[in-house]
Amino acid sequence: MLRYLLSRLAGMLAVLLIVAVLVFLLTRLAPGDPAALMLGDQATLEDIAQLRAVYGLDQPLPLQFVYWLWEVLQGNLGQSIFLQQPVTAALAERAEPTFFLTLFSVTIASAIGIPCGVVSAVWRGRATDQAFTGIAMLGASIPSFWFGLILIQIFAVKLGWFPVAGYGDPDVPLAERLWHLVLPSCVLGILNSALIIRFTRASMLDVLGEDYVRTARAMGHSERIVVLRHALRNALIPVITVVGLTAALLIGGAVVTETVFGLPGVGNLVVSAVLRRDYPVIQGALLAIAAVYVLINLVIDLLYRVADPRVRF
Amino acid sequence: MAAAAPAASSASAALGLTLRKLFHRKLVLAGAVALVALVLLALFAPLVSPYDPTALKVLERLKAPSMLHWFGTDEFGRDIFTRVVVGARYSLTIGILTVAIATVAGTLLGLCAGYFRRLDTPIMRLVDAMMAFPDILLAIALMATLGASLFNVVLALAIVYTPRIARIVRASTLVVRELLFVEAARALGVSTGRILFRHILLNTTSPILVQSTFIFAYAILAEAGLSFLGVGVPPEIPTWGTMVAAGQQFADNAFWVVLYPGLAIMIAALSLQMVGDGLRDLLDPRLRKSL
Amino acid sequence: MSIHSLNAAARTAPAASAAEALLEVRGLRTEFRTDAGTVTALHGVDFSVAPGETLALVGESGSGKSVTSFSIMGLLPKPAGRIAGGEIRFRTHDGGVVDLARADDAQLRTLRGRELAMIFQEPMTSLNPVLPVGEQIADAVRLHLGVDRKAALARALEMLELVEIPAAKQRLREYPHQMSGGMRQRVMIALALSCEPRLLIADEPTTALDVTIQAQILVLMRKLQHEFGMGILFITHNLGVVAETAQRVAVMYAGRIVETGSVREVFKAPRHPYTRGLMDCLPANALRDQAGHPQRLNAIPGQVAAPNRQPPGCAFAPRCAYAEARCNAAVPALETVAEGHATRCLRWSSLP
Repeated sequence: MLRYLLSRLAGMLAVLLIVAVLVFLLTRLAPGDPAALMLGDQATLEDIAQLRAVYGLDQPLPLQFVYWLWEVLQGNLGQSIFLQQPVTAALAERAEPTFFLTLFSVTIASAIGIPCGVVSAVWRGRATDQAFTGIAMLGASIPSFWFGLILIQIFAVKLGWFPVAGYGDPDVPLAERLWHLVLPSCVLGILNSALIIRFTRASMLDVLGEDYVRTARAMGHSERIVVLRHALRNALIPVITVVGLTAALLIGGAVVTETVFGLPGVGNLVVSAVLRRDYPVIQGALLAIAAVYVLINLVIDLLYRVADPRVRF
Repeated sequence: MAAAAPAASSASAALGLTLRKLFHRKLVLAGAVALVALVLLALFAPLVSPYDPTALKVLERLKAPSMLHWFGTDEFGRDIFTRVVVGARYSLTIGILTVAIATVAGTLLGLCAGYFRRLDTPIMRLVDAMMAFPDILLAIALMATLGASLFNVVLALAIVYTPRIARIVRASTLVVRELLFVEAARALGVSTGRILFRHILLNTTSPILVQSTFIFAYAILAEAGLSFLGVGVPPEIPTWGTMVAAGQQFADNAFWVVLYPGLAIMIAALSLQMVGDGLRDLLDPRLRKSL
Repeated sequence: MSIHSLNAAARTAPAASAAEALLEVRGLRTEFRTDAGTVTALHGVDFSVAPGETLALVGESGSGKSVTSFSIMGLLPKPAGRIAGGEIRFRTHDGGVVDLARADDAQLRTLRGRELAMIFQEPMTSLNPVLPVGEQIADAVRLHLGVDRKAALARALEMLELVEIPAAKQRLREYPHQMSGGMRQRVMIALALSCEPRLLIADEPTTALDVTIQAQILVLMRKLQHEFGMGILFITHNLGVVAETAQRVAVMYAGRIVETGSVREVFKAPRHPYTRGLMDCLPANALRDQAGHPQRLNAIPGQVAAPNRQPPGCAFAPRCAYAEARCNAAVPALETVAEGHATRCLRWSSLP
């Protein structure tokens, strides 16, 4: 167990190091001098040179990377150019809507995807299966912003059930803030259920062809018991991975939906930072998102091992 | 080389059978028809519609769909149907170019990782690192570095999707590398480059083809997303994404402005996925499991 | 059927007569719908199993052995496979007779596990990997015997002890992957016999096991048959195993029974060239051949024709050393060679 965990952590760190290099290069290769950008149009060449020295921008790139990484390792992601606050503080502020949005979306996606996938596999080839397969494909083809705009038109503008956009101030009750997340969660939940439907169906089809399912039938168990007690538990083990990956990808990948619904989430932070060329924020947010992704992957892996008695450390 | 020749001829025979089987399935057929229709519309855009996609007619602004303007008009009085058709040119072109670059780059990377043991770890670690970002986020970050332009969207998306192809090609290469005919070719002194391209690549075409079809669909969706966020194609170029983005603020009173370009994105992505799904079933049933 | 089958010949024959048979299969035809059209896997199969008797069903892969067993269990893959004709008369605990070929799903479910059970070729994959073995047995016990969970687990423990699994109490909570192949097959047997079925179908139960384990499992099955008194339909491709387990044997080829009789008789004087071929494949027989000269292992040349490309006459004729023109005219009928011994060969009397 410990050995496995250590080797996984080592692999994780290797990937994160490359991620750090990528993130660093991505922002340093961008056109324009960060120092000039920070100081604005009125800055003189001397001012710029001075600031470059302060930030170490006059050092060679590898050295800059080491300095940056050293700060990152101490939990310092730098200072936002526009937000007048540290990047970590900006991220922390944005974490709540992103966390709940991800949680709700994954719950909705699983609640739709797993039952539909199971039904599809059990009734494979029948009309229901074809309908679900078609819907899954449709779900993977709808642009999220467009679907969001449609839901806003129907449920917020026409029916007035939900707020059109925004998240509510930190001082309003949590429930009221979360109420803002209903529509965006539905958008992401419905669209992301597509992959879960397909994956559950495939996994279930595999399992239904297994010998032990035949054994359960041969012992006279009803189809309901065969599917729910004997097949589903096995079929869900690989589905854990997809559900987990969906969650991991939503942490930073809900950008478009967050923008449509005006949610101050992490994705939104990145987009506004890109539009304003706020490089410290871009760097910090990307690094944090990738780290969370890698971490969730590790958790998925551990869960997988807990769920499947065959795999032991 | 001897092994490749019969493989190729039987492959062409198999292709005929494959195509026939493919079009037996209604879903795949529907997808293919929709796709061809979109491409034809895009190719013959000026013949399809009498309107100028860019000329401004303030008097005609935000007109609801009618016999005159099938999809209505936008905030500048431009015919939306015409713009959707012209947008197809941009959106489909961006998709095709993205797929082409990603496929070539991904195949090269995957072949190298799979064939040369020493390159495997560094390449795959890079691929892992790139895949640690959600697609759209990586694309946004790349756009921040590259700057907003039509070609940079293609480049950014191609970089985003290259790892997917690389992974698949690497996996297939690892399998094929151990196969007997590759051993035989190596024993006969066939050069490494030849082995890679003639023997291994020929045997990994199906999964690449299938994945490329899906990437085509994802690329169209991602381009729309980028343009919607304002970090993609400059707003003056009419892609489906920029049309929805520009129309957003008028959605409350003139929903057709965003409805039709969005529908176009959906139809394009859906038909591509239908075709890809059919290809996957036919070319490589084993792929079904791995999705 | 009941009166006529009581004649003298039937009683003296080792074959179970219809009146007392536990399982009686008559004219069983099973078809599969495939992309290439309907394929007939069984062309009218007849045999019977008496209570407490073991009938070995022997043949190569593709001969229809497994299709026969799945037809009896009602486990044909749906919707491709279906029973197109014939009957499968099965006598239940309460003495009633059910035609399994016509029973509906609900009826079959109450019979499976309770009245007839099956063990499979692959002990490694036939048990559910995420359920402890005790649970799997207890599930079946609760379903069929209507006892509570505690009693069902007690029964599971009893069964594990019966199949001679050491430290049974501890094994009860273990998962299949924690056990060896032989151990898993013992668990499979415990599961199958947990509700004391009248008929056990054993589909190549030892094929996947080491030779030493094979022997242990066969001994165990024999012991349990004495204890439970169930009939066994033992499906195998291995004639060596037949000699050790069965009283009677039915040899299948391309969806038909080509020779049937007591094991002693068929082994002593096989009256079908295919049976002979199978016997010649036994290592012991190859060595003992002719004037004591050691010979190489014999193999039957060729292979079973695909079900949709069967010759019009005897299906074995294309591979048969004794075939003549008339063999290809029509499918030979099953002819009685001696009491309880029949063969589907036109030339049985003139075979050297």
